[in-house]
Amino acid sequence: MILNSLLVDPATLETATGWTIKTEGACKGDVCVPLPTSLGPGSAIDAHVLSESLGMPLVADDAHGLWALGPESSITGRALTTAVAPDIVLPDLDGRPVRIADLRPMKVVLVAWASW
Amino acid sequence: MWQELRAELHPLGVEIVTVALDTGGVEVVRPWIEAARPEHPSLVDVAHVLDERLGVVNVPNAVWIDEHGMIVRPAEPAWPGRTPVLDMLKVPEGTVIPPALAVVRNEISRMQIDPERSLAMLRDWAEHGADSRYALAPEQVIARSRPRTGELARAAAHFELGQHLHRGGDHDAAIGHWREAHRLDPDNRTYKRQAWSFEGADAVGPNSAYDGSWLSDVQASGAESYYPQLEA
Repeated sequence: MILNSLLVDPATLETATGWTIKTEGACKGDVCVPLPTSLGPGSAIDAHVLSESLGMPLVADDAHGLWALGPESSITGRALTTAVAPDIVLPDLDGRPVRIADLRPMKVVLVAWASW
Repeated sequence: MWQELRAELHPLGVEIVTVALDTGGVEVVRPWIEAARPEHPSLVDVAHVLDERLGVVNVPNAVWIDEHGMIVRPAEPAWPGRTPVLDMLKVPEGTVIPPALAVVRNEISRMQIDPERSLAMLRDWAEHGADSRYALAPEQVIARSRPRTGELARAAAHFELGQHLHRGGDHDAAIGHWREAHRLDPDNRTYKRQAWSFEGADAVGPNSAYDGSWLSDVQASGAESYYPQLEA
């Protein structure tokens, strides 16, 4: 996720990465990872804490005053931390958002393609 | 082609959702989508969300999600029974093929492209659901998803910074991040092909901003590994 500040809003974190901040720590699907600091509801969290706790690399672009917090790498060591499907919402050609989870109870084949 | 398969599988409770991984945006993919006239959701992923959240590193790829919202097959190559890429190999006898195209055809002929097996797997899952031998348990799904080391996660961060800067109008600033993403994750085809697409190069030729091209990349790594073999 792209950051303009090293204080991360939990709601933005959840939308961008699927990680939810709860009393037990950072949770995604059926996985929860304790965090070294306790947070109040809705409190911003230091990006360094997420980076160290979840193996999310923090990459800076000093010229533009930006950081990118990469995906977690230290929980399973795989692209998927859990088999629970992420809550993905993407637009169609007309810009209408489509939430994959709203297609249930259909089974879904999510096909990635590209023009390039 | 996915539309044809959708017509077959939708009555069995399977929805196809096609997602264009294209930082170029809606206008780049519109001609393809309008020509296909899909009845299924056809979405545009300018930020390559599927790369980061699901481990997609090449196209075409598919992820199967069951009726309970569980992934039962992680990202892997997928075709709806046929592909125009293999049609390139079928030309009438005696056809004169330009040398540059012949080189590309030679590489494609050695790739593990298996549309028939991919289709058979999908049909089996549509019919048998959780009892399909191709529907994997959660621990298998995670284990078969792409490895993600700290270095590969760092590549994802650089790729995202590049996209953000490109979409904000600073393409030159994106190139450095994309080059770093390519260095850290050399097997990620989406990172490379997406970046190359902005350099005015044709589909396979070299460009001035990056070290490789589709063709040199395939030749260096071996066409046989371009798509991993589909496992049961």
